[in-house]
Amino acid sequence: MAAATKTVDQVAALESYEHGFVTDIDQEFAPKGLNADIVRFISAKKQEPQWMLDWRLEAFERWLAMDEPDWAKVSFPKIDYQDAFYYAAPKAKDGPKSLDEVDPELLAVYAKLGIPLKEQEVLAGVEGAPRYAVDAVFDSVSVVTTFKKELAEAGIIFCPMSEAIRDHGELVRKYLASVVPVSDNYFACLNSAVFSDGSFVYVPPGVRCPMELSTYFRINAENSGQFERTLIIADKGAYVSYLEGCTAPMRDENQLHAAVVELVLLDDAEIKYSTVQNWYPGDPATGKGGIYNFVTKRADCRGDRSKVSWTQVETGSAITWKYPSCVLRGEGSSGEFYSIAITNGRQQADTGTKMIHLGANTRSRIISKGISAGRSSNTYRGLVSAHPKAKGARNFTQCDSLLIGKTCAAHTVPYVEARNGQCVFEHEATTTKLSEDQLFYAMQRGLSQEEAVQLLVNGFVRDVLQQLPMEFAVEAQKLVAISLEGSVG
Amino acid sequence: MTCPMLSISDLHATIGGKEILKGLDLQVPAGEVHAIMGPNGAGKSTLSYVLTGRDGYEVTKGQVKLDGEDLLALSPDQRAAKGVFLSFQYPLEIPGVPALTFVRTALNAQRRSRGEAEASAPEFLKLARGAATALKMDFDMLKRALNVGFSGGEKKRMEILQMAMLKPRFAILDETDSGLDIDALKIVADGVNALRGPDRSMLVITHYQRLLDYIRPNRVHVLSGGRIVDSGGPELALELERAGYDKYASAA
Repeated sequence: MAAATKTVDQVAALESYEHGFVTDIDQEFAPKGLNADIVRFISAKKQEPQWMLDWRLEAFERWLAMDEPDWAKVSFPKIDYQDAFYYAAPKAKDGPKSLDEVDPELLAVYAKLGIPLKEQEVLAGVEGAPRYAVDAVFDSVSVVTTFKKELAEAGIIFCPMSEAIRDHGELVRKYLASVVPVSDNYFACLNSAVFSDGSFVYVPPGVRCPMELSTYFRINAENSGQFERTLIIADKGAYVSYLEGCTAPMRDENQLHAAVVELVLLDDAEIKYSTVQNWYPGDPATGKGGIYNFVTKRADCRGDRSKVSWTQVETGSAITWKYPSCVLRGEGSSGEFYSIAITNGRQQADTGTKMIHLGANTRSRIISKGISAGRSSNTYRGLVSAHPKAKGARNFTQCDSLLIGKTCAAHTVPYVEARNGQCVFEHEATTTKLSEDQLFYAMQRGLSQEEAVQLLVNGFVRDVLQQLPMEFAVEAQKLVAISLEGSVG
Repeated sequence: MTCPMLSISDLHATIGGKEILKGLDLQVPAGEVHAIMGPNGAGKSTLSYVLTGRDGYEVTKGQVKLDGEDLLALSPDQRAAKGVFLSFQYPLEIPGVPALTFVRTALNAQRRSRGEAEASAPEFLKLARGAATALKMDFDMLKRALNVGFSGGEKKRMEILQMAMLKPRFAILDETDSGLDIDALKIVADGVNALRGPDRSMLVITHYQRLLDYIRPNRVHVLSGGRIVDSGGPELALELERAGYDKYASAA
């Protein structure tokens, strides 16, 4: 009896992607399809200046001449770029100005997702608990950004990208596409033409951002793509910690999320960028639906002694194609990449990082933990390269893969190139299968099979979880457990 | 007559189709410690895995009852919640999971399963500190990943520490003496003896008489060819130490 109930619960849990709900909200769309007029439509909707429109149109022209990359270890049917909406936004009078003016339906969505949008709610929390400011992006627009005023007092700009283009045009023009060039790759180029919203952060010299900044991306509309564009600039000696989270409803068709994130670091600046990616992964049995997560993320450590750290927990998406990278240009600059990528069901992930050592005495560190279960495929692809001037460059790479079950796959594709004789690169890699012996040991002590798997997997990813801000680490730990539900037995 | 805590009757079990246990009978009354001795390949470890419900060990005949309840119908974690504990011959390493986290998760899983309240953090830490002190273990060791980089003796001590914290009703010690030097053996034996009581029974599996000098059993059984072929008092262990198992070879 009890066992039967438990099985039913487990099956139900398997089928429930917690964030899979759809919100019925009055939305406006651009006409379906993609052409120069659509690009003009998006730009007009955002009331952009002429230079921005010209920039977008040029990107679109270039995109037309490019081919979709096919080198990643993922397979999917050809995407019909004309069969999607490139702009979807909740109908609003004139863009929300304050929280009171935001559609209550939308606020309910974020409440359901557990994202605090009311500043007083955050403040009313436990005393001494870290606060964080949120920019909430719903389909193609940012619906609200919290703590803007308090941040402004410290000289920090934290606002939707569309607002930054209007209000901080000079900064945007100076840095946009300075890290990821318009035609860097197919998806980045597409993004440049049609990007909708994302966050813009500028932290002035010597300022340590007093709270965590975060952006929460939600895809809601059917048949739409989301093209976020995020730009973070840490001026000399500045520090900021930023987190992004993502979810989407369960839908039978695939949806495209092609984002570009650029980080700029001047002398002695530090950015910590964390991602908890939980897009809808598609149906675990049939592989139907799910998000195509084709993302270009890059940090440019152009200042001396600057430091960037990418931490990612990738649990969702049907396909993940993503390589958060560090260009270590400044002397003595350093880059870190901590990654947990979990694939289950029919998911495919091809993810990793690039550490490009250009300056002398630059350092980088890569810790990647891949977990494959079900019928999924999980690939680590990474590049570590030292250019002739990068004397004294150091890298340490550790790639660990964990296999659960007999029908999944793990691949590791590291590229290492040293173009001077004075660098030290270390690479360690392991592949292990979740051991029956360990599982039995834990179960003999009283843990159920699911609990035993969770405990062992959490042990496997511990090094990386420790890099996340405290409250997100707890969330991520739960997410790891949920993602692997039903993966054994 | 009171019913024994553990009662095994006519137990047959196979691994990969090969029969290892061939009609084993054994009764352990509450509060008693019984030793199982026997030559290599007699089925000693198989018995411990069958009692704890490991995958791949198939019971083809017979029954096992703990406090009158059918043990074989339960999953390994359910058996643990009923109080069955196995001190492993080769304890496993669990990378990234501190020993404290591991034991706390196990303890709370057992308590939930029994419908009891989970241990609070202070309650748990007190329990852990007490157990570590009794087994002369450095408490900091419990903050390290379970058994990773531990010596053989440290691993065995960690098993007994888990036993002391989980307070099982029925404990199986599978060759707990192997890999222990004489000082560690005394500490472990003291730990085990401290856990003896009227409500707890133990099955001590060993090759050698040595361990039984420190953990005095109420009964000694000889397991050979998948069956209990002889039983007696503690003196039987001394006899075996002198004469070996040869005389049972034909009986098997």
